[in-house]
Amino acid sequence: MQLDILTPDKVLYSGEVTGVKLPGAKGSFEILNNHAPIVSKLNAGSIRVRSKEGDQSFEIKGGVVELINNKITVLA
Amino acid sequence: MANLKEVRIRIKSVSSTQQITKAMKLVSATKLRKAQGAIVQMRPYANKLKSIMQNLSDSIDSPELAVYFNERDVKNVLMIVVTSDRGLCGAFNANVCKLGKLTIQEQYSSCYENGNITVLPIGKKGFEFFNKDKNLKLDTSYRELFQNLTSENVFEAGDKIMEMYREGKYDKVVIVYNQFKNAATQILTNEQLLPVTKPTETGVVTTKNEYIFEPSKTDLLSDLIPRSLKTQLYKACIDSFASEHGARMVAMEKATENAGELLKTLRLQYNQARQAAITTELSEIVGGAAAMGN
Repeated sequence: MQLDILTPDKVLYSGEVTGVKLPGAKGSFEILNNHAPIVSKLNAGSIRVRSKEGDQSFEIKGGVVELINNKITVLA
Repeated sequence: MANLKEVRIRIKSVSSTQQITKAMKLVSATKLRKAQGAIVQMRPYANKLKSIMQNLSDSIDSPELAVYFNERDVKNVLMIVVTSDRGLCGAFNANVCKLGKLTIQEQYSSCYENGNITVLPIGKKGFEFFNKDKNLKLDTSYRELFQNLTSENVFEAGDKIMEMYREGKYDKVVIVYNQFKNAATQILTNEQLLPVTKPTETGVVTTKNEYIFEPSKTDLLSDLIPRSLKTQLYKACIDSFASEHGARMVAMEKATENAGELLKTLRLQYNQARQAAITTELSEIVGGAAAMGN
């Protein structure tokens, strides 16, 4: 899956991932391969990115995530 | 003919001014590149935000969001004027201030007479300009935003402005700034921030509506609309910042050029004066020698 984490200042992360855990407005949830298309509001919290190179974590203050065709975009 | 010493002093002063303007030009060029980088960096964010909002546009009429769209009777106007902190950038600041003033006179003259226009200057120069007009109220809380221009600070300002709008403190929020086109060109822009003008339907509604919306479309929009407004504000700020450096670069380039011309004429003057002095001296010596010979 392709993941882009965008902020107004810069592109925080861009690359292939195997899973992303997100602080959704209705509780934390994880996106894995072939997840249904979703647009969700995010609360403040941390995004855990799992990729082949290892895990990474980003703190956000809230935002939105959009997923379609295995392409995830997080606006933080 | 100007005297030698005077011309020499002027040459010195002009060439040191030229050095300063040249240095300022170089500094601005570097800062411009950085500022342009910021604009490029935020573009994907803005584009994505727009496309998500388009997907949600069918829920835009829900009553929870009406506060952002409904036109109210315009009694109190907030005008955000984005200028720079420093001068020496040509007509950059003067143009924005003039446009702001013109907008007030043309569109909100009745509010102006009642003293119901508040100007929120971002950047010192705008503050200095509008501070002179006693009929305007000033909100100076974000005057120094440019000293630390980050999206976080701008977003905070945006939150405050929207809060004041929701509370009914203002019925209209407009923003005047220089849009960045390229290093040499700025486009003076006058935009209405609030109430939001509804996106005009271009006919092509691309949503296949296969998305899961969480928590709901309306909830998402009530998060996204302020976000996009803040992004708009941030864009205005970084645009203006880049424009400022572009304008300064051009102004300083011109100044350096002019100093060069001035130096040329001054050097000519200096050499003429020097030659005249030598000629006089020679003829004096010759005259003196002739007098001795007799």
